[in-house]
Amino acid sequence: MAKIHVSTTINGEPLEYLCDASASMLDILRGPLGLTGTKEGCGTGDCGACSVTVDGRLMCSCLMLAVEAEGKQIGTIEGMAQGGELHPLQQKFLEMAALQCGICTPGVLISARSLLEKNPDPTEEEVRFGLAGNLCRCTGYDKIVRAVMETAAEMREAAR
Amino acid sequence: MTEIRYLAPGSLDEAVKAFAAASGAASILAGGTDLLVQMRAGVRQPGTIIDIKKIPALTAIEELGGGAFRIGAAVPGAVLAEHPTFGKAWPGVLEAINLIGSKQVQGRASPGGNLCNGSPAGDSVPAMVAAGAVVTIQGPNGGRELPVEAVPAGPGRLNLTPGEIVVSFTFPDRPKGSSDAYLRMIPRTEMDIAVVGLAVNLSMDGGVVTAARVGLGAVAPTVLLVGDAAAALVGSRLEDAALEKAADACRAACNPINDKRGTIAYRTKVAGVLLKRVAAIAAQRAGGN
Ligand SMILES: Cc1cc2nc3c(=O)[nH]c(=O)nc-3n(C[C@H](O)[C@H](O)[C@H](O)COP(=O)(O)OP(=O)(O)OC[C@H]3O[C@@H](n4cnc5c(N)ncnc54)[C@H](O)[C@@H]3O)c2cc1C
Ligand code: FES
Repeated sequence: MAKIHVSTTINGEPLEYLCDASASMLDILRGPLGLTGTKEGCGTGDCGACSVTVDGRLMCSCLMLAVEAEGKQIGTIEGMAQGGELHPLQQKFLEMAALQCGICTPGVLISARSLLEKNPDPTEEEVRFGLAGNLCRCTGYDKIVRAVMETAAEMREAAR
Repeated sequence: MTEIRYLAPGSLDEAVKAFAAASGAASILAGGTDLLVQMRAGVRQPGTIIDIKKIPALTAIEELGGGAFRIGAAVPGAVLAEHPTFGKAWPGVLEAINLIGSKQVQGRASPGGNLCNGSPAGDSVPAMVAAGAVVTIQGPNGGRELPVEAVPAGPGRLNLTPGEIVVSFTFPDRPKGSSDAYLRMIPRTEMDIAVVGLAVNLSMDGGVVTAARVGLGAVAPTVLLVGDAAAALVGSRLEDAALEKAADACRAACNPINDKRGTIAYRTKVAGVLLKRVAAIAAQRAGGN
């Protein structure tokens, strides 16, 4: 059967691709589109390495069909830095070394950005719950949580 | 692997026609947080996927007045959480739906999918049972309504006929002094499957329970409406004796499996414990109304 034609917007840029009905958004991002910043850990919604936003809402791209992106706005880690300038979360993760092997980092960053958009002043518990869908098997959670709290504080200060 | 067809009909009629025409070879896609996992594991191989998210009735949240609501079966948990009044009228239903998975899963997971996946441990189901929600179903032979507790037939099995789609859940009027609550027992604090899930929905007047419904999950092949537990609460002021009697009824209703998450004895005991805790939360909320 013919492949399905999809018109979507990824990180603000209109894009078109052809895909099988069974392909996940993750398959298409990492394959034909070459956007390999989005990672695959489990493929079953448990690890959050594949986190993206769809019309601004956080989702696992492994649990979304690529055909469902038709007419939607997809946000991936490649769109997080603006014009070569890192997002404050990215900057802070570097400064505070909030990563070990780094494979969970793109998903954690997408997820953390989504959390701070909804809640600019989260408690530590709220950060931990907010990021519960992102697994880090180096178990570097502590640095991650601290970096998110610190970024939140700085972003609040900057917004004043 | 055979090729899969993808359809995203814009009307319920089209969806029902396509679903019926595929005679068993099609799967409905709401959030896909069960379906896509099962497809990936090879346990489901639909010839056609029918995405129901483009059908207005499936994604609408309608406030019907007096605390009554109709919510589309495919509304994701995260969207329901952002609704300004649903969680005020039905905090127990909302907390149950919002317990499903992570923030990422919440972006997609729907109450319709939770019910239709047919797991006895689905978190939203006991809460919707306690709420007295009515399911609107549309099929090739027209529409019908069922109480939520009449939909599951056993693990992974439903009392739906081929071609039928769950359209919406209707939550009844909320008399003054009514509220609900849901708790589940899991071995960790997030991201796990309920060992026991229990919901209580209460109406109270001057401290006396005037109406009650109790939904119990993960302790039998289907989620249960525990009428005896509700009967023990009605007319009481939630004194210890009434709570103990209701807890007894919950323990008696249990017919659980023994597995790595919990033994029969443990699940049965926890059902009683949760009844007391959840009734207390629901009563506190009802008083605050
Ligand atoms: C990481 C992870 C964590 C999870 N945690 C939990 C948890 O804590 N608690 C819990 O209860 N569940 C959990 N789940 C399971 C799942 O997220 C829920 O069951 C969810 O509510 C399913 O909704 P959905 O919209 O994604 O359903 P889908 O996957 O789209 O559908 C589920 C099933 O129902 C059918 N279906 C869907 N909608 C309809 C309809 N309107 N009419 C007829 N049939 C329909 C589908 O064909 C499919 O068989 C988890 C899943 C994942 C991946
Ligand atoms: S790859 Fe999607 S959650 Fe793990």
